[in-house]
Amino acid sequence: MTIDRDLVLYLESLGRIRLTEEERAACETDLRSIIGYFDQLGALDTEGVEPLSHAFPVTNVMREDVILRSMDPGDILANAPREKDGYFMVHRVME
Amino acid sequence: MRYETVIGLEVHTELATKSKIFCGCATKFGGAPNTQVCPVCSGMPGTLPVLNRAVVDCAIRAGLALNCEITRNNKFDRKNYFYPDLPKAYQVSQLYAPICTDGWLEVAAEDGGTKRVSIREIHMEEDAGKLVHDDWEDASLADYNRCGTALLEIVTQPDFRAASEVVDYIEKLKAILEYTGVSDCKMQEGSLRADINLSVRPVGAKELGTRTEMKNINSLRAIARAIEAETARQIELIEDGGRVVQETRRWDDSAGESCSMRAKEDAQDYRYFPEPDLPPIEITDAQIAEIRASLPELPQAKRRRYMEELGLPEYDTGILTGSVYLMRLFEETCAACGDPKEAANWIMGEVLGQLKLTQTLPENMIFAPASLGKLILLLRGNVINRGTAKKVFQKVFAENVDPEQYVKEHNLALMTDGGAIRSALEGVLAANEKSVNEYRGGKAQAFQYLIGQGMRALRGQAPAQEVTRLLKELLDD
Repeated sequence: MTIDRDLVLYLESLGRIRLTEEERAACETDLRSIIGYFDQLGALDTEGVEPLSHAFPVTNVMREDVILRSMDPGDILANAPREKDGYFMVHRVME
Repeated sequence: MRYETVIGLEVHTELATKSKIFCGCATKFGGAPNTQVCPVCSGMPGTLPVLNRAVVDCAIRAGLALNCEITRNNKFDRKNYFYPDLPKAYQVSQLYAPICTDGWLEVAAEDGGTKRVSIREIHMEEDAGKLVHDDWEDASLADYNRCGTALLEIVTQPDFRAASEVVDYIEKLKAILEYTGVSDCKMQEGSLRADINLSVRPVGAKELGTRTEMKNINSLRAIARAIEAETARQIELIEDGGRVVQETRRWDDSAGESCSMRAKEDAQDYRYFPEPDLPPIEITDAQIAEIRASLPELPQAKRRRYMEELGLPEYDTGILTGSVYLMRLFEETCAACGDPKEAANWIMGEVLGQLKLTQTLPENMIFAPASLGKLILLLRGNVINRGTAKKVFQKVFAENVDPEQYVKEHNLALMTDGGAIRSALEGVLAANEKSVNEYRGGKAQAFQYLIGQGMRALRGQAPAQEVTRLLKELLDD
């Protein structure tokens, strides 16, 4: 994978954040060393090794289908930047 | 040039579980905004999801009913996207190991035969919240009650060639999901919605054309219209020398056309990765066998049985088994009156007639299913005549009255007193001497007239057979 300024800009847009030029340069350096490390791992022969998605040998953690109390709407809306009629109000988005 | 339409479907169905997929919030439709929300489904930092066991059961049920392989080692993945309907900024879904794969469903093909539509996979995921647009504030309003409701996404191969095949598939799929209790499939409440992937190619071509996707269409009529319109749009574009662009389009059913939502240039980059907060789910053979044994008789098997054992016409069996609500009404009516043919006739005639007249969906019928059986028994026992039975049924359908009680209260039962009928008819003969003489003189029509007069005098409340018999007896004396 090519790590360059364009990639950093792309990641900024995906993450909805804006970095300063210094941060961009730092991010590029960090990404290069992180991805470089994975490239190193990628060079290993993993033939016959099952991909691992979880580090702990735990399976089937489930709950029963039981309704529990939800939060008070006032509490859930307490962090809303703006609210109206019980809804969170956000910047207009296109569906 | 002649073109062929190629369609693949992604159907999202909300599961009929009481609580959400990863938390205990209720899933009931129609609550006041943000009253069924907790720290887990609103994406508060530091919360952990715990999978609802019933979701896995529902997925296996759906998979088995749709002839799928069940994946033994299940994992969840994160699909990242930033949009205000999803407070976590990612949707938990299954990309790498969907719970069901390689199924099929038989549908009516456009050429009149049947065909198997391949189901590529079914995966478990969570629904997003609902946004409404507020023009006054120029803002969007978010309600997270639906956020975290369990969904199954059922994905087909591009096996459809016509809108009619898609509609038949969805109707059959809906019936199966209803029968198995996986979903209530209320399309008008959005609990079953379809994304349509569509391309066209010259007839005989091997390669697929460039496809477009139309998302979240939630009525069968809109689906059929969207397919027709998009097919025509793509063909016209190609005929005019243009190229179809791979994009997502929004179907506007009131305008009868679609418009572009976003082009491939800025296609979503979901950056899927394994969900670290949910451990894998292992499904055993025993669990699958147990669920398989608990599956009810499915629509297609039921339909065959209705034809073979009950001798019902093919068309009727399609309607009767096509909705779980009509099927249950049919079976309860049969159980109450013991006459499947009469039960089927009533449902095909009066019940469908009332549903159509009142624009009601079968799931919204309010009357006690046993009432139709009772009504048929009243008719068969000659307690009421067919005309009265139909009128009483309208009351049953609209107000859930008990037919026996209603007939009694409104004095609708036919006269059973032969003496009273006879004396009424004697009065009719005395008042219509001319017709009596005509009849005795050999004029057959006069008899029909006298019957009419007789029924009128009896206000239609005597069994027609009895009136005919007695009248003949009196005239031939």
